[in-house]
Formats: sequence, C-alpha cells, structure tokens
Amino acid sequence: MPRPGFVLDVDRSTPPTLFWRGENFSLEKLPPDRSRIIYPPEPLKPLDNVDGAIRNALLNPIDSDPLPALLFAGMKLTICFDDASLPMPKMRRPDNRQRVIEAVLDLAAEAGVDDVHLIAALGLHRRMHEYELRHALGDRIFDAFYPRGQLYQHDAEDPEMQALIGETPNGEIVEINKRAAESDLIVYVNINSVSMDGGWKSTLTGLATYRSLSHHHNAHTLQNTRSYMDQHKSELHKSVWRMGKVMRDNGPRIFQIETTLNTDTFPKPFDFLAKREWEWSAKDRATYLATTKSLERLPRRAARKIFHGIESPHRMTSVQAGDVESVHKITVDNVFKQQLVEVEGQTDILTLGIPYVCPYNPESIMNPILVMCMGLGYLFNMYRGMPLVREGGVVIMTHPTYPDFHPVHHPSYIDFYEQVLPETNDPVEMKRFEKRFAEDEWYRHLYRTGYAYHGVHPFYAWYWGAHGLQHAGKVIIVGGDVKAVRRLGFVPASSMNDAFEMASDVVGRAPTITHLHVPAILVADVK
Amino acid sequence: MRALQIDRKVAKFAAARIASMINPGAGGKHGPLELITADAPALPADGWVRLRPRLAGICGSDLATIDGVASRYFEPIVSFPFVPGHEVVADTVDGRRVVVVPVLTCETRGIAPACTQCAGGRINLCERIAFGHLTPGLQTGFCTDTGGGWSTDMVAHSSQLVDVPDAMTDEQAVLVEPAACAVHAASFYRNEPTAIIGAGTLGLLTLAALGPHRTSDTPVVVTARYPHQRAYAKAFGADHLCESAELPRLVRSLSASMAVGDQLTGGFPLVIDCVGSTDTIAQALQVCAPGGRILLVGMPSTVKLDLTGLWHREVAIQGCYAYQRSDFDTAIELVQRFDLGRLVSQTYPLADYADAINHAANAGRRGAVKIAFDLRNEKK
Repeated sequence: MPRPGFVLDVDRSTPPTLFWRGENFSLEKLPPDRSRIIYPPEPLKPLDNVDGAIRNALLNPIDSDPLPALLFAGMKLTICFDDASLPMPKMRRPDNRQRVIEAVLDLAAEAGVDDVHLIAALGLHRRMHEYELRHALGDRIFDAFYPRGQLYQHDAEDPEMQALIGETPNGEIVEINKRAAESDLIVYVNINSVSMDGGWKSTLTGLATYRSLSHHHNAHTLQNTRSYMDQHKSELHKSVWRMGKVMRDNGPRIFQIETTLNTDTFPKPFDFLAKREWEWSAKDRATYLATTKSLERLPRRAARKIFHGIESPHRMTSVQAGDVESVHKITVDNVFKQQLVEVEGQTDILTLGIPYVCPYNPESIMNPILVMCMGLGYLFNMYRGMPLVREGGVVIMTHPTYPDFHPVHHPSYIDFYEQVLPETNDPVEMKRFEKRFAEDEWYRHLYRTGYAYHGVHPFYAWYWGAHGLQHAGKVIIVGGDVKAVRRLGFVPASSMNDAFEMASDVVGRAPTITHLHVPAILVADVK
Repeated sequence: MRALQIDRKVAKFAAARIASMINPGAGGKHGPLELITADAPALPADGWVRLRPRLAGICGSDLATIDGVASRYFEPIVSFPFVPGHEVVADTVDGRRVVVVPVLTCETRGIAPACTQCAGGRINLCERIAFGHLTPGLQTGFCTDTGGGWSTDMVAHSSQLVDVPDAMTDEQAVLVEPAACAVHAASFYRNEPTAIIGAGTLGLLTLAALGPHRTSDTPVVVTARYPHQRAYAKAFGADHLCESAELPRLVRSLSASMAVGDQLTGGFPLVIDCVGSTDTIAQALQVCAPGGRILLVGMPSTVKLDLTGLWHREVAIQGCYAYQRSDFDTAIELVQRFDLGRLVSQTYPLADYADAINHAANAGRRGAVKIAFDLRNEKK
C-alpha cells in the first residue's frame, strides 16, 4: 500500500532536504520549528492489465457510444495525440499513446476504416523529431503511417490547414486543424500528467492556432488562473470550456481518451530522489554524493544528455474514454488520488528546487525564461485552494539559470531574452512586443520546417508565471547566473542562507517556510 | 611651453604596441608620448594666430597612435615630432574663446588656387594634404608646425577658428569637434532603419546628430556594452539598445528578415560603424541590407574581411572622415541641445598623461565617455 503524501514539520533532527538545481541537486538545511516540507504520495499501484483496461474503456465509454459504434467504412477518422511535452521524463516504451492508439487502430481496422490520419497535437510547441514520434507511437504505427503521409504534426501556421469552428459569446474564436475539423470523428489520446491536462484543453490548444490560443494564453487570463490545477478557479479553463461548447455545438464529434500515470518517476541510479531523506540508506547517500560530484565535473551538455536520456518507469494508473467533459472529471479525480496532499495554511516563503526539464524543453535546454516558467508557472501553481506562500511573500528557487539557449528549439526565446526582458518583465506590459514575435516570418519558417517553438511561445512561457509573479513580493534564485537572474527581474543569491537573509526585508527575520519536495509531482490542497 | 609630444621612436612604438595588446592605453606609459618643455611653435605665415588651449580631448585616433596600432597609411601625412590634440577649446591672444577646426586645408597651407575639394567646401577631402608651407599633417595635432591641443601653446590659422558662444562651457566646447564629425556622419542618413555600432563618444554623438533628420518612426539601434552608454544612448534617442553579440538577432527581428547561417537575408539599409575594427565591420556586413550602405565613422586600420557578402549583396562601404566648416555651426547647436558637456567624464593635467591615456583607452569599462586634458591651470 503506497503511503500518502504528508507535511513534515522541520525540527533540529530533520536531515537536509533535497533541492533540484537544474542538472544537479543540493541538500539544504531548512530552519527548524518554522519550516515544513511537503512530500508527495508514493506511486500508486499501476493497472495490472493495461491493454485490457484500454479495451474496456473503448468498449464501455463514459456518456458516449462505444468506439466501434462510431466507426464505419468510408469515414474520416483522425487520431490526435499529446506531443513531446508529456510526460516528463519520457516514459519507457511502450508509451501510453502507443498502447491506446494501437487499440483504436485495431477497432478501426475491424470496422473497415481506411481514411485514418494521426496528428501530433503540438499547438505552438516545436515539432517532434522522428525518433520522438517513434518513441511515443511505437515502430509499428510509425512505419505504417509516417511514410504514407498519414502521420504528421499540426501546423498552426499553415493558412490552408485551419478551419473556423465558431465563436463564443465572449468573442473567442475557435479555430482548429482542418483535417480534424472535417473528420467524422476525432479520437484524442491524452497523457494527463497533471489535472490541468486534458478535457477541452486537448483539442483547443493542441490543434489550435495563435489567433485562437491568444484568447486564453494572455497575461490577464493567466494572472486570474488560480490555479492551473483547479479548473473551477482557472480563467484559462473557463475560456477553454466556453470554446469547448462551441466545439460541441459546431465541431466534429470527439471521442476523448485520457490516461493517468503514477509518480514512479526516476529509475536507478536516480531513484533516491523520490525517497524521503531520513529514509536514505548508506547506499543512497553514497549515490547522492557520487552523482552530485560527478555532475559538477561534467560539462553541462553532457549532464543534459544524461538527464534527457532518462526513460521514466512511471506506469498507467487509469484510462477512461468517451465524452470529453465526463471523461475529464474522472481523470482529474484519478490524478488527485495520486498527487493531492492536504496542507494547512500559507507560509511567508516558498522554496522550490527547479529541475533540468519542464514541458517546453524536452531533449533541450532549460533556458532562463523556462526557469521562470517552471518556478512561478508550474511549481508555484501546484496548489488547490490558495497558494502555498502568502500574497507578498517570497519565492526562493534553486537553479544555475545559465543564459544558455537551444538555438534550434528556442530561437525566439533568445530574442525575447535579449529584446523584451531588458525592457520589461511585466507580463501585461510586454504585450506590446507580442505581435512582432508572433508574426515574424523567420520564426514562422523555423516553427514550420525546423524544430522551433512558435515565435510567440516565450511570451506564453512568461505569461505562464504571471499569477506567481503578481503574487510574490520577491523572487530569489539561489546559485543562478547573476546577470541572467537580474535580467529576469529576480534577485540572485549565492546560498540558501543568503536568500533567507535577502528575504528578510520582505518577510522579517523569522519567516515561516514551505518547501515543495519534487520529485514527484504533487498538488497541495491548501485549506 | 609645456606639451605632450610624440616623436618617431620606433622602439617606443613597438613597446607601446606590445604593452597595449595586454592593456589598452598602456602606450601612454610605455610608448612614444613624453612631456616636454620647449619653445612655442612659430607662426607659419600671415593669417596664423597663437592659441592657449583650455581643454583638449583625447580621441580614438590619438589612442591608436600612442598605442602604436595606427595604420602606416598615416606616415606620409603626419610630421614628427608633433603635439597631439585636435579636439581643442582655446583662448586667442586677443581674448576670444574658440574651438579649432583642425583639418589643414589648402588655405592653411598657403596653397592657391585651392584644390577642387577645398574650393568646393569639402575641406576634409583636401587633395594637397602634405604640401604647401606646412610640414605634412592631415590635421592640427598631427603636424609639427601647428602644435596641438595637449600643450600650453599652439598656433592655428584664422580660418580654423570658430567662436564659442558665451553660454557654452569649456566642457561643452571641447565636444564641438567630435560633434562636428557626427554631424557630418548624419548628413549621410536618409531617415532609414539604422544600426549604430559602438556607443563610445563617436557613437553617442552620431546618434544625437541623427535627431534632426529623423521624421518618422524608423528604428535606430545602438550597440552599447556598458550601463552608462545605454543610459546616454536612450537619452539621445536610441529606439533599441543591445549588446554587440545581440545585434544580428535584433536587426533580423526588426527588419522582418530571414537568416541563412549567420547572414541575414535582409537587414538595415544603413549601418554606421563607430568603432572600425575587423569584428565590427564584419558585423556591419552581416546586418546590412542588400543594396545598403556601411558608413565607417570610427577610424579603421588594417582589417581582414570576407567581402563575398558585400559583392553578392551589393553593399557599399563608405568612409566618413571629419567634417566641413559648416558642420561646426550645427555641432555647436547639437552640443547645447543635448548638453553634451556631460560626456566629459574626467580631466587630467598634462603631467598625469599616462593615467589620462589609460583612462581614455578604458573609458567604457570605467564608466566614462570622454577624457580630456585640462590646460587652464597649467604653467607655461
């Protein structure tokens, strides 16, 4: 029986706790008697019979006819699937997407469906490399569909390939991939790493255009999304669900398949990361020391290669299919079963160890903008109810924040860093730069033909942290490149103690502190 | 008189060259510059007057000479020994306060009729630069007969004198000569998207000088390495600031250009290089639009360049040397409008010349822009 997550009150006997620092870690001693550490629940037991569960979900869907009843010869079937941003790290083969899509294709073949397209629903993310498609879908699907041009990636910048579905009463334009829009049935295959994923957000971000996405991917909406993990307090989700109603009324039929994972995240030799520090064995401590010392000596490029090469052992804990909204409600419950931890009240300081990866740098570099996005966007928002830190409190992150950028994946991020951040770090004010980046022909070319994120994407990454940025009174990065940290508008500190000292002008000399222990993923249910 | 003088001492130039490779400005200590006491220069002919310098600036071309890295191109058009200093505000013996137009023209050389260029007012392009009754010297400050501003006494032809308005401080006045260079550079500007490479004195002044010519919102981008340079550039009208390495990406973005390798397919129609090094000219070629122009305002020397792109994209490189007489009138207005005297960061007495040269050569990183010698309290 896996143990639930819990909150540890730090006392003098508490050992130093683990912090991510990009492609390395550190152990930090938190002040006793006023610090607490939130530990995630242990990984849930995975499904015993994954293929059986998938088949059962397809044949006995929620608020929908069984999938075979929706399939017929001569129909247009489009299977869409989440891109390389999920899961983190990539999972060991076979990936959820492969297992689900193979089952869907078997049923389609039985029904005599031969017009089948598979589309990577990457929205404005970078295109997946062929090896990533192979990894996600398996060799059999890739070899059958890719050479025939029936497996491809959504291109949000091909004007011929978009279709207008309609408009919400709030003026939000719903525009998605034309092939998907003109299909008799869309089957959307999700990996729901967190409660934010899935639902209408799948099709309405993964298959959308900049014009459509900009209605909810903006500073105003994201400042009022509290949090991403709580659909009912998320302006982002409210907007997407309004657009979902337009899809339901005017768009193609959607058969939604959502899968959840347990939090068995890191294989050996990194499995010590998920253990609670006082339970570390002598071998774990030795592994920690050997790992951190080795990583210190490695060139960053080599360290990145090691980490991005990790294939996670996380496994499927649930699969549900059918109506988009009905499916998503059950998915969210299943996600929370794995990730929710009850927490009492807020503290003055929130500490976050920022890892080497976020959804926007698979096989890539965690550049400074993504450090902000991961810290103030993702990790800060890992709450339900209210943020872990009080309004005006201090967020302390640990990351080297080197000003490195992947020139192929993140070209517009480089320009954003050089041209926008020196002018402003205010998500509202930087809107004036957005159009130039969004409509830049060069970025458009690199997004469409290379492996670049869309020109506007660094703005979205920054907006993603808008609520955290607005909420925090001060943001400190420990161990970060001084110039880069300042460019982000944050305060650099050389050590955790320095950071606490720097925070004292905002929160006094005896602040209360919460540390969010990652890995694994957890959502704090703050009462 | 007391003066700083440069003589043709090969060993000193070699020492300066080596020392400056490690520490720019080290030529001031190890190079050919020395403090001397000598007779004031004689008046070369009628029409010449004596001047007592008040402030005299240190220019990039002075530093290149002192550090032994100036081009050998200059050898036949300077005469040794000479007293440097061509950015000069001085008093005349009859009580006028003047700035000097240092370009030595046919008129100053006693050549009549004047060459075609001088006759046309293009005195910076004089075709008799090493002839006439003066020893060779392209400017005051590089000519044995005239002396220069880094002294207590010098001479100038009456045609070289421009009266300084009473309201103008000496610090403002000493910026008039470099500002005139900038005014001349700005005459090539056609209200077009422009990149200015370098935010030292010349870069900042050129930026300021573009102001009256800008009638639309066409962007002007300036590369500035140091915070004080960025602050001045912003104050003088730069639309965008960036570090040198960021320029190609910024120009690409603003010009909606594509890129092929390191080369932009588009770019800006005008790039003004106020540095003049191999790197900056190469970067100018990288960001200049097809059919565009590169204006070399900063004094270049021997450079190694791949000109294939210049050929292929029909880019023109144009030199931009000095000024014409009328540019000084505009420069005085410019200096007053922008209060350019604030760019004089520090002044030194002649005796501290090694420190002054070192400070000037490292002005950017030391938070300075213009360094000058202060002769107002100097004993003769």
